[in-house]
Amino acid sequence: MSSMPVGVVDAESEILAPVEPTRTPGARAKRSRVAFLSSGKATAGLVILVLFAVFAIIGPWVAPYDPNEVTVDLLLPPSGAHWLGTDHLGRDVLSQLLVGTRSVLLVGVLAGVFATLLAILVGVSAGFLGGVGDEILSALSNVFLVIPALPLIIIVASQAPDAGNLLVAIVLAATGWAWGARVLRAQTLSLRKRDFIEAARANGESTARIVWFETLPNLTAIIASSFVSTVTFAVLSQTTLAFIGVTSSSDWSWGTVLYWAQANQALSRGAWWWFIPAGLLIATLGMALTLVNFGIDEFVNPRLRAAGLSGRGLRKQKITPRIGFTAVRLDPVGARAPGAPTAQGSTASSKPPGTGSTPTHQGSNPTDTEAAR
Amino acid sequence: MTPTAPTGVRHPASSGSQNPPVLEIRGLEVSYGYSDSAVRALRGVDLTLHQGEVLGLAGESGCGKSTLVYAATRLLPPPGIITGGEVILHGDEGPVDVLRMSDAELRATRWQDTAIVFQGAMNSLNPVHRIGRQITDAIKAHRPGWSRARRDERARELLEMVGIAAGRITAYPHELSGGMRQRVMIAMALALEPKVLIMDEPTTALDVVMQRQIVEQIVDLRDRLGFSVVFITHDVSLLVEIADRIAIMYAGEIVEQATADEVYRHPRHPYSHGLLTSFPPLHGPRRELQGIPGAPPDLQSLPSGCPFRVRCPHAMPSCARVHPELGPTALGEEQRSVACLLHDPQVRTAEGVELPASLAV
Amino acid sequence: MKFLGRRLAFYLLTAWAAVTINFFIPRVMKGDPVQSLINRYQGQISTEAEHSLYVLFGLDTQESLWQQYVDYWGEILHGNFGISFTSFPTPVTEVIGDSLPWTLGLVGVATVIAVVGGSLVGILIGWRRGTWMDAILPVTTFFSSVPYFWLGLIAISVFAIWWPVLPLGGAYDGGLIPGWSWEFVSSVLEHAILPGLTIVLASISGWILGMRNMMVTVTSEDYVTVAHAKGLSERRVMFGYAARNAILPQVSGFALSLGFVVSGTLVMEMVFSYPGIGLQLFNAIGGKDYPLMQGIFLIITLAVLVANVLADVAYVLLDPRTRQEA
Repeated sequence: MSSMPVGVVDAESEILAPVEPTRTPGARAKRSRVAFLSSGKATAGLVILVLFAVFAIIGPWVAPYDPNEVTVDLLLPPSGAHWLGTDHLGRDVLSQLLVGTRSVLLVGVLAGVFATLLAILVGVSAGFLGGVGDEILSALSNVFLVIPALPLIIIVASQAPDAGNLLVAIVLAATGWAWGARVLRAQTLSLRKRDFIEAARANGESTARIVWFETLPNLTAIIASSFVSTVTFAVLSQTTLAFIGVTSSSDWSWGTVLYWAQANQALSRGAWWWFIPAGLLIATLGMALTLVNFGIDEFVNPRLRAAGLSGRGLRKQKITPRIGFTAVRLDPVGARAPGAPTAQGSTASSKPPGTGSTPTHQGSNPTDTEAAR
Repeated sequence: MTPTAPTGVRHPASSGSQNPPVLEIRGLEVSYGYSDSAVRALRGVDLTLHQGEVLGLAGESGCGKSTLVYAATRLLPPPGIITGGEVILHGDEGPVDVLRMSDAELRATRWQDTAIVFQGAMNSLNPVHRIGRQITDAIKAHRPGWSRARRDERARELLEMVGIAAGRITAYPHELSGGMRQRVMIAMALALEPKVLIMDEPTTALDVVMQRQIVEQIVDLRDRLGFSVVFITHDVSLLVEIADRIAIMYAGEIVEQATADEVYRHPRHPYSHGLLTSFPPLHGPRRELQGIPGAPPDLQSLPSGCPFRVRCPHAMPSCARVHPELGPTALGEEQRSVACLLHDPQVRTAEGVELPASLAV
Repeated sequence: MKFLGRRLAFYLLTAWAAVTINFFIPRVMKGDPVQSLINRYQGQISTEAEHSLYVLFGLDTQESLWQQYVDYWGEILHGNFGISFTSFPTPVTEVIGDSLPWTLGLVGVATVIAVVGGSLVGILIGWRRGTWMDAILPVTTFFSSVPYFWLGLIAISVFAIWWPVLPLGGAYDGGLIPGWSWEFVSSVLEHAILPGLTIVLASISGWILGMRNMMVTVTSEDYVTVAHAKGLSERRVMFGYAARNAILPQVSGFALSLGFVVSGTLVMEMVFSYPGIGLQLFNAIGGKDYPLMQGIFLIITLAVLVANVLADVAYVLLDPRTRQEA
């Protein structure tokens, strides 16, 4: 909650704007999984996520020290022995971070899974039920959206005797599902009106079947995006909770490292190695998740992807793609005096200028039409 | 200008290609995408619009008719890019090439010389501004000297001209019906008395009665004000009613152009013939509806030679090799051209075929 | 006005839900921790205050749940949130009343700056794509991925410790007496710069990104093309047509994202020891001061709801379609 789930922060209209192919030909969006992966952002994000997952699994084994092992090397800056230095009790910061990766990812993924399931349940049913059922479920998710999550989480987590990872994940899921539900409801509503769903209804298919086989597959991208956003939310929240000392400070996570750093004046002692790496890890993980969501967003909304087209290559060609002022790139030949033949490529025409409406001689010249394709 | 016909039906010879040109498009090339894999959407299109003329552009969706007018006005959105040709606009200060204009020059000529009525009346109006404001802001931009009262007066006048009570000037777009919105768009387009009015399927979203009313209104206004119209539609029979001249497009090229009457009664291109037989005729004897086999072309992988040959009932071996260019018809008729090898005597001789009877009526 | 009526009904529902959640949490968790606190302060708490703690935390187990609920509402509606244990025996309302102005001042102003500034930058980036300004996007992505409080830590270590130009924390110099003296006011402003800028920096990226994406979507709407076709000036098309419409979802997004933003900024107060609600919440966690935590939760919810109402009024003013009588 330290941050909004940026992946889907835009109003639903944006994500849900029906993917209308522009009225022009050729602009048809290529909707394939390959398109998703071809987005450099998404690939970069996924690679980072896989790296983190690997560390979450092997972290405790590759950690050079026991993160709780108190030594006499108090508050040492990074060195060959302690790559990221030590804390006020001489414990190895790198080992704390490595061991802590698991609980960060665990809470993130668990909360993401729970919240997404809840979001699908509420959002898709609201979209399908319509009427009073929809009103109630939408109001419910809006209530959870508006209520500030952090104070609520703090109350619940601090009243629980021992706030372990599972409880934190459940509480985060309980407070973080609403955005996904809202987006899914809107998308379900618009899907429901599409022809193939109508056709399935007319065929007398059961609602369950329509939901499972016709609707959910078409919501995959939105569900994925909502999952990724919730994981982002959960990771940031978990870190925040650990930092302010709501969750158990003996379970290592990145937030716990920051908690100890803050509690022991790491700032005024100038022990930058104590709090900077942990924050960068969170930022990197958050960036990776956001990048994956960008990939999904561009996959869902081709208008945003068009932006990816522009870039250095275009600037080199001196083309600024702009709405309202179509770029003109007249080839070097095109710079000739007005009135010269406008021959171009295989459809070369040998017409004199200004002959738009007047008949000209039939140009049946096999040589320059051979390669027309 | 001939007097207004009460039916609003096209009156032949009221205007035509004898008049001087107002808009000349020469060898216009447009691609979608900037890389080598860009799709060529327009392939060297030539088209001339004369003063006071209603020029119809027809073709299946995706043939490039909208692309043509948006490129000619440089309103084509990215990733569209103009890669060649010229668009000569005969303005008050002599001919100018739209493709070589700076942004400021382009802004100055827009709406002043060419106004556009878009396809979707629903989305063409800014939902958060009153319609009066949307009419007057164009006037304000081009007639900086006008007082506010004068601009408002002009807006009222325009609304009444298209049959909307002047009091609706304070209405928001959502308070108007689809037909009224399209009228507002027309009123807005005529605000500066442009030379050219481009209408991109202006009646597609409307019901038949409303379509009729709007079309009649346009013809009527054209007769009164004398502007030229480019009218885009896939409904050829509608075009036959209102257009003086018709250009048929296929796969980013013009394949036939002639007067409306001639295209309607005597199509010379197999595609035009197919297009006409896909719509029931409005007048005259009934004929069998045939349609055109196959799907509209994929611009990314066009066949060699004639792009229409894979759907053409008269395709010959030459069609796969030779790309047909616009040229005279086999019957040597004046004022019309067609891009089909069947009209080339040499090819016919070489292939040993005759011009099919359906294209020679 | 039907729109506003509906929204108001929704906010009442939300307020009711927040209070009800607050009612159930201690009952589900069993009120043991509160009971032990009451026991510890036995004799120091007035019977009246003790009774209201019993009602608020469900220690009155003889009563039926419904009766407990009715009593609970009675306490809340009388503005009785119990007494704070960390600043014993001050009533919770008083503790909140002392700290709320600081939060409203800091978080409120910083949020307004972030929203306005972020929207403007978003408009510019979304309008002209493919320019150098696109380089801002990866930067905003980074800032939207880091926890607010960590940015605060970095800001303190750079500007208060490593290069000490700004105060480390607090809201004003400890030696000053609060009042409308220039000395005091300038000290308050000086202390607000670092936390304020950090809040702006941390939250602005979300608004930039949201506005930018809306601009990208809106600039391909037909009415924007019409505006270009009309030959209007670039400014007019950008602001009068594109941004004017793109701002609408941003306003409703503001309402919905406020909960997230406020949560993040509360933690910022903890980092900067800024004497607002967030710091009180932090202290309450340390002192297991449940009445204070619950009171703060209710107050923050209420503040967010008020901000939502304001956003809705703005929305109605901005979008004529909502004013339709139907």
